[in-house]
Amino acid sequence: MNRLAQTALLFLLGATLLHAGTTDLYLRYVKSGLRPLVLLAGAVLIATAAATLWYERRRTTAAAHHHEPRISWLLTLPVFALILVAPPALGSYSAAHTGTALTKPLGFPDLPEGGGPLRLGVADYASRAVYDDGRSLRGRELKITGFVTLDRAGAPYLVRMGLNCCAADAQPVKIALTGDIPPVLRPDTWLEITGRYTPRRTKDPVNNGPIPYVEVTSARPVPTPHDPYDETWNT
Amino acid sequence: MPLRTTGGTGSVSTTKTAPRESGERADTEPDRDAEDGREEGRHLNSPLLLTLLLLTAVMFQDPIRGALSAPVMQSWMTVFVAVMVQALPFLVLGVLLSAAIAVFVPPSFFARALPRRPALAVPVAGAAGAVLPGCECASVPVAGALVRRGVTPAAALAFLLSAPAINPIVLTATAVAFPGNPEMVLARFVASLLVACAMGWLWHRLGRTDWLRLPAGTSYEGQSKGAAFWDSVRHDVTHAGGFLVVGAMAAATLKAVVPADWLRLAADHPVLSVLALAVLAVLLSICSEADAFVAASLTQFSLTARLTFLVVGPMIDLKLFAMQAGTFGRAFALRFAPATFALAVVVSALTGTVLL
Repeated sequence: MNRLAQTALLFLLGATLLHAGTTDLYLRYVKSGLRPLVLLAGAVLIATAAATLWYERRRTTAAAHHHEPRISWLLTLPVFALILVAPPALGSYSAAHTGTALTKPLGFPDLPEGGGPLRLGVADYASRAVYDDGRSLRGRELKITGFVTLDRAGAPYLVRMGLNCCAADAQPVKIALTGDIPPVLRPDTWLEITGRYTPRRTKDPVNNGPIPYVEVTSARPVPTPHDPYDETWNT
Repeated sequence: MPLRTTGGTGSVSTTKTAPRESGERADTEPDRDAEDGREEGRHLNSPLLLTLLLLTAVMFQDPIRGALSAPVMQSWMTVFVAVMVQALPFLVLGVLLSAAIAVFVPPSFFARALPRRPALAVPVAGAAGAVLPGCECASVPVAGALVRRGVTPAAALAFLLSAPAINPIVLTATAVAFPGNPEMVLARFVASLLVACAMGWLWHRLGRTDWLRLPAGTSYEGQSKGAAFWDSVRHDVTHAGGFLVVGAMAAATLKAVVPADWLRLAADHPVLSVLALAVLAVLLSICSEADAFVAASLTQFSLTARLTFLVVGPMIDLKLFAMQAGTFGRAFALRFAPATFALAVVVSALTGTVLL
């Protein structure tokens, strides 16, 4: 690959990163905190392309140059993957193949009082149900949002993937569904369920991790959230 | 190479540079020349090829998308893109730093900053790794630049191994991930620094310079500093970035195919669990800023096994191996990687026994 092609490739790569960083696309792959770095990298790559072109035009003396690496061609792959395919955030396939990553939190902050239904994250509900015996959850109407995953036996779970850095380290936290479950559940559908705490538990068939149940009273499909991953559960 | 234009795509500098260029290439890269000859025969050059590739991909985007719609392919793609998007900013950062070292820092600076005796320079360089706040993708190009700037390879390698593991960001992440075990941070720091220094000394004793194949001829004589800087950035991004793609593909493949049940079987055996997590760290190629959280979630494993995961991961994994092979040559990577792996496993097992 010669310089001109490298310049074009660097520009494309930088533009792709800028595109991913300025839209919500990057949230499918990395945590939101990386956004400034993604944008900066995109800008630097475009600047490199511009500078290469600039010095190329003014070049008067030819400096010695070694083998221009052919491996650079591989950099077209992420560009294609992001522009043409833009794969979705990790969903039910990886959730079903990875064990629940529920870990005991340091403490349980008080939940807001009030008569209305209480909004909880999947991981928040699961850790309170498993490690706090649902003390703060009893007798309250709960609203939880996550996507549907079916295990091999067809049992439904509500899942949210947690993220620390990028999707390569994403891990699911699962809640098993019982009660008034919609008759047809398609994996990867995002649901907002309304329900109650139940002390029933099960174990994840993949890693024996604890999975609490929630008793569903109603469920409605919702659009995929702005950030498909849960970034709060580990910090 | 400046505008190796062929066929009908002539452009600005063709007539001026072409003869000198071909003369130069003739004495350094005979096989490349032969290849160029073939390319010219077909009237194809890389900008044209790139354009054709892009157009073809756009034309066939529907069948491509259809072929990639299986869940396993989609999750493969997501992990692949995620590793790239996450690692590229750090790679770019490392490349900027290494270009700055290569162009703006005179070699005499390192001669003064590091002790003259390599045996002493190794621990100093290893400890200096604590100041590069980034992950392993940044440290490879910087270490390459250090060697090219005349730093003794043993010291540069100690820096390469320690920087991604003992910098403040990574240690803070470790402390956050293991709230109940603060000794984990100390163990990680000690074990990583020990392995880095030991590998540096080992290289000093046994290493041979002919194993190292640094990109030769990157002399920036006759270029302005700006031209040299951007030239170095362009080259390193396209070069190391290509190897990063190889590593990201390998990591995505393993993430998609390794079944999680295997881990459960290994977790019950004390020796096997250490080895299993060491191998897992190599295969998963997780960024060193995030690996502590993954280790924390592997609750079925002992703390020593998880320490091994944290020590091995930043020093050697698939992505790093590909990048090291690209920067220092395959002969080097094939010797350096297994030695690092073995030493890291042994040292972390010992450190874990003492500290955890």
